[in-house]
Amino acid sequence: MKLHELTIEQAGRLLKKKEISSAELTRAVLERIEAVDGKVSAYLTVDDEGALAQAEAADQRLAAGDAGPLTGIPLGIKDLMCTRGLRTTCASRILENYVPPYDATVIARLKEAGAVIVGKLNMDEFAMGSTTEHSGFQVTRNPWNLDRIPGGSSGGSAAAVAADMCLGALGSDTGGSIRQPASHCGVVGIKPTYGRVSRFGLVAFASSLDQIGPLGKSVADCAIMLDAIAGHDPKDSTSVPEPVPVFADIETDGLTGVTIGIPNEYTAAQGLDPQVGSAVEQAVKIIESLGARCVEVSLPHTDYAVAAYYVIAPSEASSNLARYDGVKYGFRDKQPADLLQMYRRTRSRGFGPEVQRRIILGTYALSAGYYDAYYGKASQIRTLIKNDFASAFDACDAILSPVAPTPAYGIGETIDDPLTMYLSDIFTLSANLAGIPGLSVPCGFSEEGMPIGLQIMGRHFNETMLFKIGRQLEAQIAINDRKPNLE
Amino acid sequence: MKITKEEVLHVAKLARLDIDDADVERFSGQIGTILDYVDTLKKVDTTGVAATSHAITLTNAFREDEVNGQLEPEEALANAPEKENGAFVVPKII
Repeated sequence: MKLHELTIEQAGRLLKKKEISSAELTRAVLERIEAVDGKVSAYLTVDDEGALAQAEAADQRLAAGDAGPLTGIPLGIKDLMCTRGLRTTCASRILENYVPPYDATVIARLKEAGAVIVGKLNMDEFAMGSTTEHSGFQVTRNPWNLDRIPGGSSGGSAAAVAADMCLGALGSDTGGSIRQPASHCGVVGIKPTYGRVSRFGLVAFASSLDQIGPLGKSVADCAIMLDAIAGHDPKDSTSVPEPVPVFADIETDGLTGVTIGIPNEYTAAQGLDPQVGSAVEQAVKIIESLGARCVEVSLPHTDYAVAAYYVIAPSEASSNLARYDGVKYGFRDKQPADLLQMYRRTRSRGFGPEVQRRIILGTYALSAGYYDAYYGKASQIRTLIKNDFASAFDACDAILSPVAPTPAYGIGETIDDPLTMYLSDIFTLSANLAGIPGLSVPCGFSEEGMPIGLQIMGRHFNETMLFKIGRQLEAQIAINDRKPNLE
Repeated sequence: MKITKEEVLHVAKLARLDIDDADVERFSGQIGTILDYVDTLKKVDTTGVAATSHAITLTNAFREDEVNGQLEPEEALANAPEKENGAFVVPKII
């Protein structure tokens, strides 16, 4: 049994029985990274020494009987979360050498749980993008076909899990950045309800939309990771004091009594690849066969979601990225004539084109004379979108949809065509606007062998329902053992 | 609606970005296309609709005004591009 191919659940059992050690498991993962990351390019920073030291500490805890489900488990972290003493770049040249003096709350919680942090994963710069091509450093490749995008912005996280270069990973999701790469790489990913997971130490992109979430090889693995990181944090005033159930206790006794909703606007969506449509249809049939009832629902403002998001997100980003000015940390342009030139040159040289594009878009939308027409209007439409979901959830317990309109496309296809890239977020960004949770679970493959994911969305704070449906679907479809060929 | 080069330059100035001529051309084109798309928002009747700035109802999170956990000065200065005597050094302002 190749240790790096284990799931968190499987590894946890073996570690508990002392059949393997965390040191062995971590070494296996580090060797796997050496063997294949040259092709995939998922990692920006690998912390061999730190990981092995954490593994040793975990082995001591395991020996003392003081272990939990994540103790000794090697995980990768999207490079958007601050890890104390370990370089954190947000895939941007403006933070190329930034070493955070503190841990994000999610990192502190993973460390308390005894997890082993193996390294930091590639992403679109400052989480702006859906392909991971907008990283300031390297392009991550889809392990299922190295000429295709892994999705984004958590492309490194999804690719690393798919390629067994970690047993699980953290990503972040502002408009789909966990769910879409999970779908493109054939792994599970969940964006929790807004406020469910602390954003303290998550480098901010769009503060009212960002959420951290896990990516893993199975629904159960994601539930285990979410258990470790969820819950109110006094350091994040947008985190919600909502009680956290034990997500890992997933009900698996059928779906009788569950009603699922299919939005008719989604099935009719332009540009939906027929293979994606049919994979989703098959998944719906399986879910019905487990006892769920299926109804049609309507999300009438679906057509406006992309436009509303691409006003709100860049606007919030333009404000959040104002802090990168070369004063206290990060890149600073050498020898500017004065302070203003320092700001301008630092930012222009440090930020990549997609980031600059969104800052300009956001600044424009918030500027005097345009604020009401753009940001104000988009925020009102956001209310309508949120209300659409509230009404739909009167009629059903979960909404099913595709994650992306097509399987992963070729690297380079949208690099100069941002609008096409933006339109591919149509199924995911409404969940961020409405704050509801969304799970992406693999449901099939295209004829070319590229993964296709199903999205399950639920009411606020009802991740339990998503895990319940996702886990049982996964058991029926049974494709988790299929692996990309990276030899 | 096209965004003019002057508007791009004005906004770039507000955002403290230097954009060279080739990029102004490219950005105006790309951003113009995006703004055209975003203009579809005008079609929606939002009379009487309140804006949403946060999807979850939040109330102000307060705590007692007590010192708890802080960065040591060396930690705070560790990533400074330029520092001196416990302060960040920047180009002359005045």
